[in-house]
Amino acid sequence: MAYLKKSPWLIHYDASSCNGCDIEVLACLTPLYDVERFGIINTGNPKHADVFVITGSINDLNREVVKNIYEQMPNPKVVVAVGICACSGGVFAECYNVSGGVDQVIPVDVYVPGCAARPESIIDGIVKALGILEEKRAKMTEMEAVHA
Amino acid sequence: MISVLTAVLYLLLAPIAGGFIAGIDRKLTARMQGRVGPPVLQPFYDVAKLFEKEDVTVTPSQNFYILSYLVFMAVTGAIFFAGGDLLLVLFAFTLAHVFIVLGAYAAYSPYSYVGAERELITLMAYEPMIILTAVGLYLVTGSFYVSEIAASEVPAALYLPGVLIGFLTVLTIKLRKSPFDISTSHHAHQELVKGLTTEFSGPTLAKIEIAHWYETVVLLGIVYLFFGFNPLLALVAIAVTYFLEVFIDNTFSRMKWQWTMKEGWGVAVTLGFINLAVLYYFYLGV
Amino acid sequence: MYDLIFLILFPCIIAFILLLLNNNRIRHAIVALAALVISAGSIYLLVSSFTQGTVYYAFPFEPTSLVMFALEMGIALLLLYLGVRFKQPVAVLLVLVQTVMMIYYEITWGMTVEPEMNLFIDQFSIIMALLIGIIGSLIAVFATSYMDTYHSHHHEVRDRRRMFFFVIFVFLAAMFGLVFSNNIPWIFFFWEVTTLSSFLLIGYSETEEATNNAFLALKMNLLGGIAFAGAILYLASVDPSGGLLELDALLASGQAAAIIPAVLICFAGLTKSAQMPFSAWLVGAMVAPTPVSALLHSSTMVKAGVYIIVRFAPVLAGSLAGISIALVGAVTFLLASGIAISQSNAKKVLAYSTIANLGLIVACAGVGTPQLVWAAIFLIIFHAVAKSLLFLCVGTVEHRVGSRDIEDMDGLIVRLPKIAAMMFIGMAGMFLAPFGMLISKWAAIEAFVVAPFGLIFVMILAFGGAVTVFFWAKWMGKIIEVTPFGENIEDTVSTGKWVVLGSLTAMTVLAALLFPLISSYLVEPYVLGIFGETARLAQDNVIIMVLMIALLLVLPLSYLSYRKQGRTMPAYMGGRPTTPDMKFLGSLGMEREMTTRNYYFAEYFGEAKLLKVGNPLCILLILAAVAAIVGVAL
Ligand code: SF4
Repeated sequence: MAYLKKSPWLIHYDASSCNGCDIEVLACLTPLYDVERFGIINTGNPKHADVFVITGSINDLNREVVKNIYEQMPNPKVVVAVGICACSGGVFAECYNVSGGVDQVIPVDVYVPGCAARPESIIDGIVKALGILEEKRAKMTEMEAVHA
Repeated sequence: MISVLTAVLYLLLAPIAGGFIAGIDRKLTARMQGRVGPPVLQPFYDVAKLFEKEDVTVTPSQNFYILSYLVFMAVTGAIFFAGGDLLLVLFAFTLAHVFIVLGAYAAYSPYSYVGAERELITLMAYEPMIILTAVGLYLVTGSFYVSEIAASEVPAALYLPGVLIGFLTVLTIKLRKSPFDISTSHHAHQELVKGLTTEFSGPTLAKIEIAHWYETVVLLGIVYLFFGFNPLLALVAIAVTYFLEVFIDNTFSRMKWQWTMKEGWGVAVTLGFINLAVLYYFYLGV
Repeated sequence: MYDLIFLILFPCIIAFILLLLNNNRIRHAIVALAALVISAGSIYLLVSSFTQGTVYYAFPFEPTSLVMFALEMGIALLLLYLGVRFKQPVAVLLVLVQTVMMIYYEITWGMTVEPEMNLFIDQFSIIMALLIGIIGSLIAVFATSYMDTYHSHHHEVRDRRRMFFFVIFVFLAAMFGLVFSNNIPWIFFFWEVTTLSSFLLIGYSETEEATNNAFLALKMNLLGGIAFAGAILYLASVDPSGGLLELDALLASGQAAAIIPAVLICFAGLTKSAQMPFSAWLVGAMVAPTPVSALLHSSTMVKAGVYIIVRFAPVLAGSLAGISIALVGAVTFLLASGIAISQSNAKKVLAYSTIANLGLIVACAGVGTPQLVWAAIFLIIFHAVAKSLLFLCVGTVEHRVGSRDIEDMDGLIVRLPKIAAMMFIGMAGMFLAPFGMLISKWAAIEAFVVAPFGLIFVMILAFGGAVTVFFWAKWMGKIIEVTPFGENIEDTVSTGKWVVLGSLTAMTVLAALLFPLISSYLVEPYVLGIFGETARLAQDNVIIMVLMIALLLVLPLSYLSYRKQGRTMPAYMGGRPTTPDMKFLGSLGMEREMTTRNYYFAEYFGEAKLLKVGNPLCILLILAAVAAIVGVAL
């Protein structure tokens, strides 16, 4: 059964965002958008999370952290890059210490463009990610069945 | 005196009831915050999802402690609903809690470690009042057996107003509601990452959730004992109690652990003690 | 009767053999053999006598008393010599007072009194004999290999192992004598021997601290001894025929006649069982090698104190003096538990936990209803088993890890897995349902509820219980942390130690499993014999408890299934990658280490702070007890 889609818990990490996108991510939790309607909870703990929402670009200092958080999430998991910085590095791409978008260090499943990304599109992106999450889960159970 | 049937019924139905209560809790919370909130069945979706996730731990021994936590929480409730000795129920309750704390210690993680220590503080804070609750119920109904207390015609709540208020205070601690959610917290709240439960994920976390459902039902069952003389009133009292808990949760911010200690022990030595002292005077003449 | 005499004399003979023997290998063998014989003897005593109820034996009084008097004088001289040599004027004074009292007794009444039934055995004595015989001798066996390691670690300490084992076995003999004597002056003699033995053992290492603490123990116990001697003088003066000098006659003579000596003797019991304000000596006693602590805390010494108070429970019951003594115990229970929170020294935590539990026993005995005496005896049993296990485990850990600080015990389950598991069981035995101590605490709450002044005791028990859970659980958590570093260093622990630790662990679990049997064959008949009514846990509760233990034994099997499934990953460190020994890069690239520390709350539960409350309070309560009997006398 696909309960993953009904209860996506996410962790939000601010890589090197200007905080513009972070504010928008948090806006999703406010009464106006209320993503908890969909069972979405911002856990703040990779071990509880299914969706990795990341804002801002990858730089030398946060590279290891992003990798670590990703690794600590139990499978199945998806990554949503929110904002143009997270997608490609955005205006900071040429910065001396920036290596680019999140996909430089971990696989990204959904790109949500915008500077800053609007709450609507963030929610849209996460809903899209849930579809991918479900696919991954199906694959995972298949693999388990094969192993067993 | 002991009824196996009700115990089995509890084991089967309590998770369902507990899950619903958790769902209503979240819905109520959302409404109080002007949100729509998740569906009432959301807690069940969450747990079902957790079982679908990968089984990851820091150390396999965590599994043992959490399994023991779940089992003994269920045992606690089974003894309670079988009508067993209330003190034994409370001791089994403590045992279950020590297990989850140990599970958090076992992980050797800074967050779950602090969470575990704080959970022990809350345990120390609520325990005296809970024991006094059992003693108070004994004084007015003449029995430590849940079955006899529940069937008693004595309006316990009228004789035990202080104890009841004291119990409701520690109930807030026990349900990990603000301002006492220092060790870990529910919903989207965060404390020390997730404190006690930081290092649990997937099926293990699901077991903690289920154990928590069992726990909620037992705790509300104790509220029932105060109103056992009138079952209808008891159900209303339980509903009001839970509503109050949610209300407090949403109107308070989280406080320091010292506050938890002060509240828990404070109600025990003031409300609990005075109430019982009066009862002693009337019942036993000493 | 011969089994009793054997149990008293056999350890004495072994003691003298060990005193003369210098060969370490042979010493190991003799101690092991003697331990076997003594345990077997006490078990034989159980099997042969538990059905008989109380039996009194007429043992010749005159010659024995003379020998005892001579020995007493010898002990007094020895103590005087040591007191003068170490410049301890107070100790000298106390010895002198007590000696003068005993000489006065001997001259005035020694020749005229004729107690007949001098030895006896009942269910309570059997229980005590089992504790002394089995746990005491297991500790002696443990001590043989412990002392080898001890001396290889502490070269500065003079090797006095001959004296050490001599005293240990004399100690056991004296304890047997104490619980088998029906003659109060004899009980006093054995009482004084235990005082001397503990004094010698505490001072074993001959450092200044050890000597001072030994004298502290001596002084406090002599104070109790003087009260005890006072009780004997009183009894002899009231009844010059010596009839009241028989314990059973005294207990049967009713509260009015017996309350004065009872309070005096219970005062002695309070000093011996280290109740506030006398708790300092037991805490100081931890300077001794660990087996000594294990012995003092579990089966001997402090248990002699509570043994005598529980014996006098029927006299104390319902009297104001009894309530005061019970309150001393209750206050000690609450405050000592609190102090245990603030200590990080493992031995000190154990010491305060002992003091607390003894306090609970005293509280039960002081109020003295049948249910409470039942609970008190079970507390004695369960505490003896679990505490000896814990002390010996801590001693082993101290030698392997090099520290007795709880903060150095993280990951013990990785480094010393079996020892940690045993400690885990021992601690569970101390505070968790369905193990021993909790059964007694539970029974105590149910009994206190209906006892006079019950509410105060219930309050104290409720708070004390909560505090107890805290300090045990945080220590338990410390040792079961699975650290990603550290290697197994367990293979250095000798076989002898494993045998002892294994047996004690098994006994901790068995005591909990078999407690319905212990209750119905030993404790209930005793309580019934004393009070004419008895207490027990309801049948259905017993079944639930046994089921819970069974569950606890089965649950670890779930480990088997975890090996296969599931992945492990490091703990969450805020997203920072960490090395296996928990080092990580902090800000500015500085390497930092993750460590975990327990809460101690020294500002709330500090030792000095709580003692400042407890000591005066308990002194007041003791004065209240004295005032109560003075009131009776007038
Ligand atoms: S995308 Fe724009 S708003 Fe978002 S982090 Fe980058 S610069 Fe800020």
